[in-house]
Amino acid sequence: MAEAMLAADGTPLKRSLARALRRQKLRALGLIAPLLLFVLITFIVPIASMLFRSVENEIVSNTLPYTVESLASWDADQDTLPSEDTYQAMFFDMFVAAEAKRHTRLGTRLNYETTGLSSLFRQSGRKLDDIADISYKPLEDLDGAWDEGETWYALMNARDGADTALMATQRARIARLTDTETNGVVNFAPDAEVAALLPLAAREYTAWAIFVATQDGRDPATRDPWEAVAPALLIDLQSADLGGYDGPHADLLRAAQAANLPVPNFTDAFADVDKDWGNPEPWATIQTHSGKYTGGYFLNAVDAQKTADGMAWQPENKQILITLFGRTIWMSVLIMCSCILLGYPIAWLLANLPMRQANLLLILVLLPFWTSLLVRTSAWKVMLQQQGVINDVLVWIGLVADDNRLIIINNQFGTIVSMTHILLPFMILPMYSVMQTIQPSYLRAAKSLGATNWTAFWRVYFPQSIPGIGAGSILVFILAIGYYITPEIVGGTKGVFISNRIAYHISSSLNWGLAAALGTILLAAVLILYWAYDKIVGIDNVKLG
Amino acid sequence: MGLPPYATLGQRIWYYSFRVICGLIFFFLIAPIVVVMPLSFNAQDFFTFTPEMLRLDPAGYSLKHYEDFFTNPQWQLAMKNSLIIAPIATIISVSLGTLAAIGLSQSHVPFKGTIMAILISPMIVPLIISATGMFFFYSSLGNWMEGTLGLDKGFVGYVKVILAHAVLGIPFVIITVTATLVGFDRSLTRAAANMGAGPVTTFFRVQMPLILPGVISGGLFAFITSFDEVVVVLFVGSASQKTLPWQMFIGLREQISPTILAVATILVVISICLLTTVELLRRRSERLRGMSPG
Repeated sequence: MAEAMLAADGTPLKRSLARALRRQKLRALGLIAPLLLFVLITFIVPIASMLFRSVENEIVSNTLPYTVESLASWDADQDTLPSEDTYQAMFFDMFVAAEAKRHTRLGTRLNYETTGLSSLFRQSGRKLDDIADISYKPLEDLDGAWDEGETWYALMNARDGADTALMATQRARIARLTDTETNGVVNFAPDAEVAALLPLAAREYTAWAIFVATQDGRDPATRDPWEAVAPALLIDLQSADLGGYDGPHADLLRAAQAANLPVPNFTDAFADVDKDWGNPEPWATIQTHSGKYTGGYFLNAVDAQKTADGMAWQPENKQILITLFGRTIWMSVLIMCSCILLGYPIAWLLANLPMRQANLLLILVLLPFWTSLLVRTSAWKVMLQQQGVINDVLVWIGLVADDNRLIIINNQFGTIVSMTHILLPFMILPMYSVMQTIQPSYLRAAKSLGATNWTAFWRVYFPQSIPGIGAGSILVFILAIGYYITPEIVGGTKGVFISNRIAYHISSSLNWGLAAALGTILLAAVLILYWAYDKIVGIDNVKLG
Repeated sequence: MGLPPYATLGQRIWYYSFRVICGLIFFFLIAPIVVVMPLSFNAQDFFTFTPEMLRLDPAGYSLKHYEDFFTNPQWQLAMKNSLIIAPIATIISVSLGTLAAIGLSQSHVPFKGTIMAILISPMIVPLIISATGMFFFYSSLGNWMEGTLGLDKGFVGYVKVILAHAVLGIPFVIITVTATLVGFDRSLTRAAANMGAGPVTTFFRVQMPLILPGVISGGLFAFITSFDEVVVVLFVGSASQKTLPWQMFIGLREQISPTILAVATILVVISICLLTTVELLRRRSERLRGMSPG
């Protein structure tokens, strides 16, 4: 048997080689790692967070946790209203949300799905105190002690044992509602015995105590609780057995139970606040969109909606986003075609001129390529205005009457002309590099075999230049469909792209979920095109300048 | 390519009309950029030629828009911001990018395709999408830096914009430097090692001078990307990080002063300088690699 080959230091050659290879790989990775980490953190994670935001929908269950829970068993198809329990859960959820000023945010979110919910939530938020007062006023009239924060604190605060589970769930509830940390010190813990006896009142009082302590930075021991604890207490007292209770204020509680004070009927009370609450419709919207994740934004992005019965399209005349997607693609195709038309002769000329002249002319192509995008866009604004250079020249020549100047800006024409100009170098450069490789002798051979100039070009030269056209076209198309600045400035309202809509939703309408969904769709389209580009041309063949 | 003496009349007509067509397309490419320059000397606040300008009357021309650019605090702030953000972003992308390009150009790099795709992605993803993603992520990053690290608000704003611009410039550095490294003769580093140079010495004394043209032109690309970028800075930055393109964008949208044209002219002059530099570097690099200068 042959001896294993040994390296100079005596280890087997195979192992030595493997070790050297491993070291080489590690060194290469070590060089790449800092940049890879940098790109992952500053670029890939943001993109991923955008993708996540397009499906994320925690706002409904964060703002109305108990309502969502209670609505789960309700069947929207039956055309009945939700149960009194749901209305009751809604009251307490809304009360806390209104105190945290979060109910309008939820209203805005649900308004994307059903128009009118924004104002419904905003107005209802103001009137919740009226509902609470149905119980609060009589309770206060019965005994002035109920008006004191200290009474409530003494009743609720832990004596023998605290209900830590209740404390933890309420901390989490307020944290999710307000999007803040609620781990701070709270000078309160719900008493386990009272929490078992008066579950609803303990729950709402605990939520209030955590809210004032963590959000307002105040001591719950000395503050008056929200009015909502009064109806909660009276609801509890309707069924509570106070027989064995001998904690603080036991006599106050017994008196309140004996007085049989009024508890609001939440179904009627909500209908009084706004008659829309007496319809199943807002409830169906809440139920449909109560999931933590939603495809709703994607449906909105293609002019459809998620309803209780599944998906529904917007009426034809309101399908603005589909129209916009269509227009983006259509205009990008037009821009691509005009780039091919204008770029092909230039690339041909450059490829067939002597090197020195070609290099000189190439500068005319590279100069716009290197010039700031904003400069080129402002140049086109100057050229295309009604009082601009092109119109002035036409009037001066006499082609156009002075009072009848052409409108060539703030419409599709303006966008197409200026974007063709801006993207033309991206078409010419790949075409030029392909055409440089086509042998002129092929054309001469075709002609010597009897082809006319046209046949020689069309049958011999043109097929060889197609890879250049393909590369340039995909590049121009990809760049065009994601363009924002130029359409924004010269496009008016008719010449804008889907990117302008994304920017609008980010900065003006603040519908970030929809913006993220539109962005995700656009990203998917671009990635598919790039994949095609990679297959046809190869990413490595991207050349600059 | 010249016209043969036996060409028919039709061929002659085609030959010359083709030249005219090409001339018109070149005119289309250059005219908008050239038109901006004389207009920036307009004595009036118009975006078009006045009769005085067409008569070449000196009274029709003035430097007032340039004066406005150099005295207006808004424009000066924008200029200052651009000159802070772009160079720092360029330094970050060039230093990280060059190291990674050297790593990528070695043989036996695992997951090379995936890594390359990730590093190139900022160039592929449309700016509006990068801007959207960064808008969400960088605002929480900014809150964290202000809240947890207790950093100054203005400083955090610059950090956000610089990081965003640095990552946008990286693909250009990677592409140009890897292209330069393709022609790099590996035996040179081995020769240096053989003569006792450590890896660091080899890098700075042997490899770096040879790939420097690629590194510089990559850096110029990264610089121009940041200097010219407006979408991301609009979304990520706040008013105190307003850059030149941002100020121009506002001016164009709200149609204010023709100072924009003066700025545009200055930027065109800068881009001509950059173009010349890149072209000279490309030729030098090809000469160094033993190719004939194009």
